[in-house]
Amino acid sequence: MIQAIVIDDEPLARAIVLEYLQKYPNIQVIAECADGFEGVKKIEELKPDLVFLDIQMPKISGFEMLELLDHRPAVIFATAFDEYAIKAFDNHAIDYLLKPFSQERFEQAMQKWQTNYQGKNIKNEGVENFLAQSGFMASAQNRIVVKVRDKIKIIPTADLLFIEASGDFVKIHTSEGVFLKSKTMAYFESSLDSSLFVRIHRSYILHITELTRLELYEKDSYLAVLKNSQKIPVSKAGYSKLKHILGI
Amino acid sequence: LKPIVKEKGFWVASIAVMLAIILIHYNILSYFGLLTFHSHVVSNLYGIALMSFAVLIANNLYYYRPRKMSYTFLLIWCVFFAIIATFLVDYVVGKIFATDSQLIHTLAIIQFFKLGFSFIILFSVTLTCLLWYTYADVHEENERRNQMLVLNKEAELSKLRQQLQPHFLFNSLNSINALVGTKPAEARRMIQQLSDFLRFTVRREDNQLISLAEELQHLNLYLEIEKVRFGNRLSSEFDCTPDSQNLKIPALLLQPVLENAIKFGLYDTTDAVNILLRSSVVNAELVVEIQNPYDPDTLSSSTGAGFGLKAIGKRLQLLYNRYDLLHTELNQNTFITKITIPQTQ
Repeated sequence: MIQAIVIDDEPLARAIVLEYLQKYPNIQVIAECADGFEGVKKIEELKPDLVFLDIQMPKISGFEMLELLDHRPAVIFATAFDEYAIKAFDNHAIDYLLKPFSQERFEQAMQKWQTNYQGKNIKNEGVENFLAQSGFMASAQNRIVVKVRDKIKIIPTADLLFIEASGDFVKIHTSEGVFLKSKTMAYFESSLDSSLFVRIHRSYILHITELTRLELYEKDSYLAVLKNSQKIPVSKAGYSKLKHILGI
Repeated sequence: LKPIVKEKGFWVASIAVMLAIILIHYNILSYFGLLTFHSHVVSNLYGIALMSFAVLIANNLYYYRPRKMSYTFLLIWCVFFAIIATFLVDYVVGKIFATDSQLIHTLAIIQFFKLGFSFIILFSVTLTCLLWYTYADVHEENERRNQMLVLNKEAELSKLRQQLQPHFLFNSLNSINALVGTKPAEARRMIQQLSDFLRFTVRREDNQLISLAEELQHLNLYLEIEKVRFGNRLSSEFDCTPDSQNLKIPALLLQPVLENAIKFGLYDTTDAVNILLRSSVVNAELVVEIQNPYDPDTLSSSTGAGFGLKAIGKRLQLLYNRYDLLHTELNQNTFITKITIPQTQ
């Protein structure tokens, strides 16, 4: 039995997916969720194989919800976004349904999913790649969504101090504390506003409004002193980037 | 529009004409039996002087062009410069080559013929330039008109796109799609509502004044459709004083405000959303207040409060030339949009 979850804030939009799914007796819908918060909870708890996901939802978008997951199910997006906005999907092994969609189009998406994933115990690379490459979600929203134990927290990018690499995670430093997120430094470097956030070191991205001064540390290397007097290292390459942005 | 003297073709033509003038002048002098170094100098001086004046006139035409049919001034220019070109050169040559009596004699004979010739050359150049400028003007005007047409069309298209609100439309169609299978009667009702809503949107001309009561009917239709989409999460309340309902309001002004409130309420919170619309008459002006719940922690910049309201503020400002008509405030967990509509007449 394949287990699926349907996530959409509109009850009728969930209903149509359920109706179309009646043709698939081997798929069992184990939960319906009306927003991303509930979605994260149910996916982590029930670990479904397949998720039908709306994009524009209350509080956090479908993309942001996916970022928070440890368990990675296969995803079929269902959205009323116009085709142009959703072109980003075309290069990825994810299918999307444009609302309203027909039973035939739905079956095509199911076919694609079955050939791509079903029975193969592979990690859902499609979703992984998609999330890694599409920086437009975070940057467009000017916020970062993180999970703190069971709670979901939305951090405005304006509140960031700096971002630090830490193994498979990054540490997001804010005045309220440090949050972990399983993303790469490259992801943040490309998705954050490059006029405000500078990769000053292999392991550090600095929010330049937090910088008060630079201290010479050794020959060719500096320390950035933040407003809260924290000090973080600046590499030689990072120093020249900083100089360029600050115009010195 | 650029000056004709910046055209390469102008200079090629000018130099060709100048060489022709020099040649003609030289040939005329040789007809009178003058084949000396002096006649070369005189011909060159005359050609250069005449064409310099022609270029001067052409250049001035860029800055000053007479209105249609008032060319007297141009004629005076041409006569003036023709006199100068002819007599000045003759005078200077007379001074330099004072001993060459044959040359001076010949120049005196052809002086009046030269005057006419100079005038014809200058006048032709002037006319050519005028034609060129007129043609360039027409061309530029056409270009501008085309550009304006394109801009107008784009504005119209974006207006249409906004009116039709694709996101709302496609989601509504999706709801209808779901209802068709399970509750066909409700599907039919929603198709009817959606059609009425769209008809109202398409039929209204911008800035047409309608009564608030009429606009409220339209808003109700919109809310009914949204309630089908969002089920129990969305509820609404109207609290409008009877006298306010008769006042006038530009058509389709409130709908985007309401849409903004619903979006903001529904996408920034996960709880039930109640939209409250109040209207009253204050100082003989219509005041409409729309309230929606709000979660200060969510912070969505693209779907957020102020975003959808910018266009509305702009529209009010264009309509009434006042900046104080749109007012928003955050009240703990409530976002309030207040709009004042002045009543003309």
